[in-house]
Amino acid sequence: MINLRDKGAETWEKWGRPQRVTFAVIVIAIVGLLPFGGNFSLTSFLNTPVSSYQAVLVYPVGMFVLMALGLNIVVGKSGLLDLGYVAFFAIGGYTAGLLGIYTKLNTWEILPIGMAAAMVAGVALGLPTLRLRGDYLAIVTLGFGEIVRIVALNSQSLGASTGIAGIPTPPKTFGLTFDIEHSNSYFWVVLIMILLVIWMVRRLTVRRAGRAWEAIRQDEDVAILMGVPILKYKIWSFSIGAAIGGAAGVIFASKTQYVAPNEFTFNVSVLILSCVVFGGMGNIWGVVMGGVLLAYLPERIRFISNARQLVFGLTLVIIMNLRPDGLLPRKKREKLGAKALPKKEANDV
Amino acid sequence: MNFSVVTSQFWELLLNGTAVGLIYVLISLGYTMVYGVLRLINFANSEIFMIGTFGSVIVSQYLLHYTSAHETLHGVHLILVLLLMLIVSMIFSAVTAIFVELVAYRRLRAKGTNRLASLISAIGTSIVLSEGVRILTKSAPVPTPRLLEKFNLFTFHGVSLRVDTALVIVGALLLYIIVDRFVSKTLLGKAIRAVSMSEETSKLMGINLNRVISATFLIGGLVTGAAGFLYMQVYETTVFNVGFNLGLAAFTAAVLGGIGNIRGAFYGGLTLGIFEQFSSAVIGGQWKSVTVFTVLVLVLLLRPNGLFGEAITQSRV
Repeated sequence: MINLRDKGAETWEKWGRPQRVTFAVIVIAIVGLLPFGGNFSLTSFLNTPVSSYQAVLVYPVGMFVLMALGLNIVVGKSGLLDLGYVAFFAIGGYTAGLLGIYTKLNTWEILPIGMAAAMVAGVALGLPTLRLRGDYLAIVTLGFGEIVRIVALNSQSLGASTGIAGIPTPPKTFGLTFDIEHSNSYFWVVLIMILLVIWMVRRLTVRRAGRAWEAIRQDEDVAILMGVPILKYKIWSFSIGAAIGGAAGVIFASKTQYVAPNEFTFNVSVLILSCVVFGGMGNIWGVVMGGVLLAYLPERIRFISNARQLVFGLTLVIIMNLRPDGLLPRKKREKLGAKALPKKEANDV
Repeated sequence: MNFSVVTSQFWELLLNGTAVGLIYVLISLGYTMVYGVLRLINFANSEIFMIGTFGSVIVSQYLLHYTSAHETLHGVHLILVLLLMLIVSMIFSAVTAIFVELVAYRRLRAKGTNRLASLISAIGTSIVLSEGVRILTKSAPVPTPRLLEKFNLFTFHGVSLRVDTALVIVGALLLYIIVDRFVSKTLLGKAIRAVSMSEETSKLMGINLNRVISATFLIGGLVTGAAGFLYMQVYETTVFNVGFNLGLAAFTAAVLGGIGNIRGAFYGGLTLGIFEQFSSAVIGGQWKSVTVFTVLVLVLLLRPNGLFGEAITQSRV
């Protein structure tokens, strides 16, 4: 599959702009039509046995891909191990819940507020903790994720264990209705967000922030010596990741119309991190693939419902043993203009 | 907020905190020793603990066929049964630990890949273990018959020391001392310390790295299994995800004391256990984890190597 990645990249490099645009449009169109995939006998194998296929495409598949892309900025691009990513998802979800119920704001107006709230939380957590060494960062973020959940669980104003119900769905936009029967509208919204994030990450990677993250990931000490303000870029990475998690949370809340603490457990953080590492840390397409597979497979194999988590765990172990860098790993030598990079492999995290 | 309990129930809270803390100490030894040699968080340690608790249940329920209505045992009979439970718990956990090392770590280590891959494979192993037990037990909590009669040994300042609490305190202290002595006095312990100082140099000194790492997992597993046994004597019921919260707390304790060093785990575990009891008495049990993690963050900010990390760097595992 390494060949697949290299071949793909090679072909992409060879193509001119028109070919690239055509290819992208075709891929986006196919993905955009996925919700109808269950309708035809040829593609009916896509259908998930228990939950409706269209709903599964939004949550978990779309949401997981979106969050995995956000977490990829933190873990894959800058090498910071975050085990509490679910906290930002929860903050987004609860922001949508509170504002949706107590104010007249609609989902699209809440979305930036939810992202900002998650971002603020990311900065507040990042400022003190991003100075810490890797493993300590992992445990502190894990703790933060648990704290957010427990605060939600114990606060009467946040509905305690029953959470917040009756969160309004988004208003009718561009002729699309948003409610339980119209999962497809949500899917397209999530798809647009995913595309925006991919576009943003691709742009950032080749610019100053991306280069700083790459330097931090490879060797923090050297990065400091080279004059990279590492704390600043770590916080940027952390808060951009947080904002994406917050956005996912807002959409999730308006889709299910309900948030409760038990939706935001440590398991979700682990799952999202698994998507990132499973697919291939740092490589957008790998992460997308990891997100799709790890979110879709457990739903698809629900017929062995009792053992699906077991199979999931087994898959993680086997794939990590066979392909430790993920299914579609990043290129060992990032092409950042410098062709004469030393051949030594980059130290992952 | 009810600060008066701190004074009125001081001794009771201290005693309970010590007992809980000592169980944390044993579990966090599993984390800290593995971290010492591998520089990796052993994510499956909570499951190793869980398997240990089930070891005790299997002895009492399926091997000796005691039912929950069975009367308590006395004298030599009791001691033999408890010892058997302890040994089986330790063996169960140790076998699990070795299994985790082989499945999740060894191959990846041989390939010399990134640390996150090992982390994910350990998470995968952890999911497999807990889900396997969940399916076998049909998600139901499993009680163990009370074989040890829980009478009060003596009363001090209005607080009575129960037999099971005493067993935990004495047993855990003994085990901790054995592990500490083992690591600092024996040849294998020396090898473990050498690997944790420098993997490369210890290889050059002729240390068999794989053997030392397996031995570390084995010791960690044995101690964690003993913690499972002691836990069962106090709480008498277990469930497939019993390890999650305890593992989290034990890991916090290890970090609190400075991960990778054995004495740190001891002080960290005790501090955490006692602090947890007092804080939940003052602001309510439901906020327990929040206060624990808040303290952890504060400690890491003020002393990034853990509370006792620097003072005893010499005796890193």
